[in-house]
Amino acid sequence: MRRRDFIYLTGFGAGAMMLPSLDGFGKNIDAQQALEGVDVRIKKELADAGLNAAKGAGASYADVRIGRYLNQFVITRENRVLNVANTESYGVGIRVIANGCWGFAATNEVTKEGIAKTAKRAVAVAKANAKLGSAPVQLAPQKGYGEVSWKTPIEKNAFEVPIKEKVDLLLGANAAAISTGADFVNSMIFAVNEQKYFASTDGSYIDQDIHRIYPNFTVTKRDVAQNAFETRRSLSSPMGMGYEYLIPSASEKVTGITTRYKKRYDMLEDIKYATKQAAEKISSKSVDPGKYDLVLDPSHLWLTIHESVGHPTELDRVLGYEANFAGTSFLTLDKWKSGKFNFGSKQVNIVGDKTQVGSLGAVGYDDEGVACKKWDIIKDGTLVNYQAIRDQAHIIGLKESQGCCYAQSWQDVQFQRMPNVSLQPGKAALSVDDMIKNVEKGIYIIGDGSFSIDQQRYNFQFGGQLFYEIKDGKIAGMLNNVAYQANTQEFWNSCAQVCDDRDYRLGGSFNDGKGQPSQSSAVSHGSSTARFNGVNVINTKRKIG
Amino acid sequence: MPIYTKEQAQALLKKVLSYSKAEECEVNLGGSEGGNVRYALNAVSTAGDISTVGLSVTSVYGKKAGSATIDQFDDASLERVVRRSEELAQLAPENSEYMPMLGPSDFKEAITYNANTAAMTPESRAEMVGKSLEVTRQAKLFAAGFLENSTGFSAVMNSKGLFAYNKSSDVTFSVTTRNEGGTISGYAARGFTDVSKLDTASATRVACMKANASAGARAIEPGKYTVILEPVAATYMLENMFRFDARSAEEGRSFLSKKGGGTRLGEQLVDPKVTIYSDPFNPDLPGSTWGGDGQPREKTVWIDKGVVKNLSYSRFWAQKKGVAPLPGPSNIIMEGGDATLEDLIKSTEKGILVSRLWYIRMVDPQSLLLTGLTRDGTFYIENGKIMFPVKNFRFNESPVIMLNNLEALGKTERSISVESYRSYMIPPMKIRDFTFSSLSDAV
Repeated sequence: MRRRDFIYLTGFGAGAMMLPSLDGFGKNIDAQQALEGVDVRIKKELADAGLNAAKGAGASYADVRIGRYLNQFVITRENRVLNVANTESYGVGIRVIANGCWGFAATNEVTKEGIAKTAKRAVAVAKANAKLGSAPVQLAPQKGYGEVSWKTPIEKNAFEVPIKEKVDLLLGANAAAISTGADFVNSMIFAVNEQKYFASTDGSYIDQDIHRIYPNFTVTKRDVAQNAFETRRSLSSPMGMGYEYLIPSASEKVTGITTRYKKRYDMLEDIKYATKQAAEKISSKSVDPGKYDLVLDPSHLWLTIHESVGHPTELDRVLGYEANFAGTSFLTLDKWKSGKFNFGSKQVNIVGDKTQVGSLGAVGYDDEGVACKKWDIIKDGTLVNYQAIRDQAHIIGLKESQGCCYAQSWQDVQFQRMPNVSLQPGKAALSVDDMIKNVEKGIYIIGDGSFSIDQQRYNFQFGGQLFYEIKDGKIAGMLNNVAYQANTQEFWNSCAQVCDDRDYRLGGSFNDGKGQPSQSSAVSHGSSTARFNGVNVINTKRKIG
Repeated sequence: MPIYTKEQAQALLKKVLSYSKAEECEVNLGGSEGGNVRYALNAVSTAGDISTVGLSVTSVYGKKAGSATIDQFDDASLERVVRRSEELAQLAPENSEYMPMLGPSDFKEAITYNANTAAMTPESRAEMVGKSLEVTRQAKLFAAGFLENSTGFSAVMNSKGLFAYNKSSDVTFSVTTRNEGGTISGYAARGFTDVSKLDTASATRVACMKANASAGARAIEPGKYTVILEPVAATYMLENMFRFDARSAEEGRSFLSKKGGGTRLGEQLVDPKVTIYSDPFNPDLPGSTWGGDGQPREKTVWIDKGVVKNLSYSRFWAQKKGVAPLPGPSNIIMEGGDATLEDLIKSTEKGILVSRLWYIRMVDPQSLLLTGLTRDGTFYIENGKIMFPVKNFRFNESPVIMLNNLEALGKTERSISVESYRSYMIPPMKIRDFTFSSLSDAV
């Protein structure tokens, strides 16, 4: 949801150097300041001030999140730098239960006095809303962990890499695109460091240092005479990694009709392919609508998994908490209770996992102090579980939360967010080439494009970056104007094959929107290339006169 | 103190500028306070109360700029943040498109602040939500809703004498009502500058009426239909075309680009019934009186009787093209007619009434082709009457094509985009040949 705002704010096409205010992404700070942490002893004292004030005001439960959110944007266009900005957002969010009702308040006044005052405001909010007659909040028990810490296992802190190195990489990539025929190119590196301290009346004091990185570009090729243009975006994935992601490695490349990437990304190589492919798209054949067998690369399939599996298995949606905004879910409790709801074919095994190294959603503990884990959501095609947090666990008979609570910043209340949700690789040896050999009439789709799905996650439509026609087991050339529409359950039941773990890769979203006020979270989705039979493909070419 | 008066902001900004040694320096100050209540299953799920304030400094040497911010306002901290921005500016690469800062302008006083909205409290929010819940419980339905208010200010001052200040307030409310089995659904949304205009009970009654009317929805074939888009649906569809940017059009990568090069400025783009403008002094939808780089905003007509009248030019692009710069819109108002929604329905032989659209995404930026779905009340119309509810559709349609197929407009009203939560003034509209491409089972 916020992605469009993000693109707007980061100034693609805006031509502005200054970045005085970035609502939602914090405020500008210098590079050195970004490297200075806050002493954990001070954070504990501040958190205790909040917990004590909340208890004193009548809270039966309280948690305090002291968050320092650092972002760095390096944004370029063609041969110039549009923005270099380090931003920081620092403050405290306090959540309480009082009179059986949730209350929340936040402040950037990070002092014992400011935090105590804010804790009392949170209790006042809870008490005001308790008068509306809600059922009391029921929290799953959670042991206190004492003083613990966790850090994303990075090799190279992106905030320690000089700006010049990033600028040189991006401008080098842009030059490569222009020299190979691109008309326009935008590129950027977006680095995130969440320094999060969580304390609760359960007795946890959790200090976490979380890193994410997202390098990307868009190449545009135009045909002025025909008033036509095409783009190709990077095939990079945002990752829960440090700057090491931008150091190319041959062993992390997947070669084929174009090169894709695992845990190391080669931007210079990808942009050369992209320029050639954007030009090729302009003159490529417009697809004939009809039924096709689709071979979906992980760089594309992650988004289909996200929308059609990740969101409908969120328990808050199933229960109706998102009904006013993102919607509910067709995966109602009765389907889960039956223990035999046929979500997909036997090939379909999907897990929730917040421990996966390199993924965007990997943390040690969630934002209500629960240690993270991995569990089955779809097992051999059957719905077996959801994604839940502490105040939902009892509804599906869990004795503890699955650790899916997250807030985008200190000033937003934490709520149920998607863990990494991934399709497991096929168990039998199967390469992409072997898969394509058996497709008579199909389309091979690489990269994510437009996406839309209804409010209960039945009917969806997806585009992509690159479309290749498959005829009688061979790639027959590039197609254009392709989108496929399907019903979620029918689509996953048409899953005929999944390549083995040699092809497994992560894709993901840096800005997945949900909730009111809408919040953004980062999440990865892994898969190997998979085949789906008989999917309805439409032609998206239109003229506006 | 998250909300500064104009005088307080001016005094602080002057002090910060007095520390500057850069060739150019600009200081931005902004703060907000407000809160929200979110509810579902007829009970509050989350509620919050948030206040923040921050200051940012941009220093410039030649075409090199650097920025830094702080949220502590003692003298030492203020001087430190200026020094940091100067250090960063010296390290920054040059931007060949950097434009020097603007000098002073006469900015008219904005009308965006409202004391009633600024005075909202956790108790008053809870009371307004309580009124909505009362209506839903009486209707034996379940509500999920969201009420949010915010009051904020922003101020800017630079070393060339520019100073601008705006204070604003806003409140939005939306509610979805469903039955226990989830087989019906209705929706209503409202947004105002002045909270005293917000009647949560009345809006909830509309949502309940829609939900009950949606029972027993029938499947009809997808295809091209005459549709009546209620303002909430039309708003979400149209906001995707409200970027009248000259540069992307002249670069050949916009729906406003022309075959052979250039833009469609001066051309008939859509039906002559369409006039779209922005006006920061519209009393129903006031906007900011200055743009991000310190340019005053005035009433600007973007589309006049279907003809592209103006495109926005950044200061750099305007200089390059030898035209006057024109900041983008701070609000959007589309002129309507005198017809009511009921009038539009009465005049329709066969068609579909669409209450709300959902999950709209760009499919093709060249044609502005969008895809998305209907939601929370879709009805079949025949011989001027709503005959029965129908199942939801996915559409593939361009707002440009849609506004060329315009049959009639109703009265303009303030409306909220259900995803961005931005407010617009948009009329209900009747459109022929709107393309529904498939059916959705979602309720």
